[in-house]
Amino acid sequence: MGLGGGYFKTSHAADLSLVDTHLRKTALAILVIVLLTLPRFASGFVLDLASQAALAAVGALALNVLTGLAGQISLGHAGFLAAGAFTTAALVERGVVSPPVTLAATAIVGGVLGLAVGIPSLRLRGLYLALGTLAMHHVVLYVAGEMQARAGGNTGFTIPPPRLAGFVLKGTVAWYYALVAAAAVVLLLSVNLQRSRAGRAFMAIRDRDLAAASVGIDVARYKLAAFVWSSVITALAGTLFAWQRGFVSVEAFGFFVAVEYIAMIIIGGMGTALGAVLGAAFVTLLPYGIDAAVATLSPGAAEYYVFPAKFGAFGLLMALFLIFEPLGLVGIWRRVRNWFFLWPFRHRPLRASS
Amino acid sequence: MVQTLATTLVVASLYALLGAGYVLVYRASRVLNLAQGDLLTLGGYFLFAAAAAFPGAPAVSLPLAAALSALTGVLVYLVLMRPMAGHPVFAAVLVTVTLGILLRAAIVFVFTDRTRHPLQNLALTNPPRPLPGGAVVSTFDLVMIATATLLFVALFLFLRLSPLGIQMRAAGERSLLASQRGINFHGVFALAWALAAFAGGLAGIVYSSNVRLEPSLDVLGLRAFAVALVGGLDSLAGVIPAAILVAAIEVLSIRYGNPLLSDVSPFLCLLVMLLIRPWGLFGTKEELERV
Repeated sequence: MGLGGGYFKTSHAADLSLVDTHLRKTALAILVIVLLTLPRFASGFVLDLASQAALAAVGALALNVLTGLAGQISLGHAGFLAAGAFTTAALVERGVVSPPVTLAATAIVGGVLGLAVGIPSLRLRGLYLALGTLAMHHVVLYVAGEMQARAGGNTGFTIPPPRLAGFVLKGTVAWYYALVAAAAVVLLLSVNLQRSRAGRAFMAIRDRDLAAASVGIDVARYKLAAFVWSSVITALAGTLFAWQRGFVSVEAFGFFVAVEYIAMIIIGGMGTALGAVLGAAFVTLLPYGIDAAVATLSPGAAEYYVFPAKFGAFGLLMALFLIFEPLGLVGIWRRVRNWFFLWPFRHRPLRASS
Repeated sequence: MVQTLATTLVVASLYALLGAGYVLVYRASRVLNLAQGDLLTLGGYFLFAAAAAFPGAPAVSLPLAAALSALTGVLVYLVLMRPMAGHPVFAAVLVTVTLGILLRAAIVFVFTDRTRHPLQNLALTNPPRPLPGGAVVSTFDLVMIATATLLFVALFLFLRLSPLGIQMRAAGERSLLASQRGINFHGVFALAWALAAFAGGLAGIVYSSNVRLEPSLDVLGLRAFAVALVGGLDSLAGVIPAAILVAAIEVLSIRYGNPLLSDVSPFLCLLVMLLIRPWGLFGTKEELERV
């Protein structure tokens, strides 16, 4: 006998599972196969793009927990990234290259920094908090800049690829797998965090911190937890960035990077893990898409017109999403899905069971 | 000593002009305009374009550039900020970030990112002026101080005495009540944006004549918001002491520290202020609860 009128969850396990319908399982399986076999048929350039998008997704997912779920605005995420990358560089300078030590140190530095930025959030809300994080971003960049200047006035730090027990993580394909795996792990963590007690507490604080406190949520603790979670993951992403590029410099972590990360979660759709991933891919690929478009439309375009075109298109898209589609790509996706969902006769009509 | 004082006053005047822009927009609509630095750059480029169109006629190109800046403010409000009414404040702040990106892209598109000197086409020079006490400032340093002083006097008179200025204060305090009393608060908001863009544009006009003009000048704007916050985001009078304070710390840190430290010093002031007195030196405490 069929379940009329849609899909029902009939057991606790079904309610807990992340991929519930056959359609979703198939789609996920196809996605995994495509991601695993991509290096077989894609060029190095495409793999590099995918790696960049995956790394951006890690940062965007972390920011999404802080801004999208807990509602704490951060304009300083580039600072956390820089903290991770420069912790890695500082350890390399002192001859420490062991990946577990580096990762642990980065996580600690990120966590402490997150706590430091998070403490003002107990007093400040909204705009004022955003300004505090922005100021913190500049302070972190200042410390990093001092470090870079002390190291002998060179333009940055060279980072050797991580090696563990004779295995060296090096090359486009290896990094592609590593970064996609990292993004998948963070995605899984984020999705599960969102459905846990902590995630629900974050959302309650986002919607109204006073109401959250009155139902017994320790607002201060959860606010700080959101900051620490976000900063630790972002700092780890900074380490991955340093390892993958093999080079760290202050110039790579400007205010615009922080804006890019915010653009990712806005364009993707605030407060959803899917949105963070979509937004990360979109914002990463956009400049290359415009490059390709300019190359086909007017092959002889001067180089200095390409930069403002990219920059302007990015700003324009962000403004359009903010004004017309605050729910982002996820909002569009949901509308499309619901349209098909409400398509007549998609589900078998309810039948009287006898 | 006199040199330090003079330099501080010049930097403070620049920050005060930009800070006035932040406060005007914030008081009207509770939005922090993070594109203030790009409005400065735009003012400079308006002057460059006007000077190229009317070479050797500063009496035409200077007012033209200032007027174009004010007009930009109105356009920004109508096109970008008005649709954001009713959206969360932070979304509106992000729209101003995108405004900055768009302005910068437009500037690089039209003028390229080469360094310019608008003064060359204006048939004006910028001779150094010795001050008593052995200090030397340039002529446009003095113009910057004069511009900031004049603008603040004019703003005070306008907000205190003119009916429009009083309407503007009313709309900033309670826009709902103000609109019930028949104040056209969309007009008032547009005026606030026009004044903010005008102040930023003036800063850009004088700064680009004095030093140089390039798209990356917008960092000045980011540093000046520290001034607005230290003075209190809703206090126009607070901008002046805050500008002097932040400028003094910056000038001293470049003297006794290094350029990197002076770049970050406004943000350190901002952080310290946020920790001890988030509403600023002269701001109202209730403001914190409203955002």
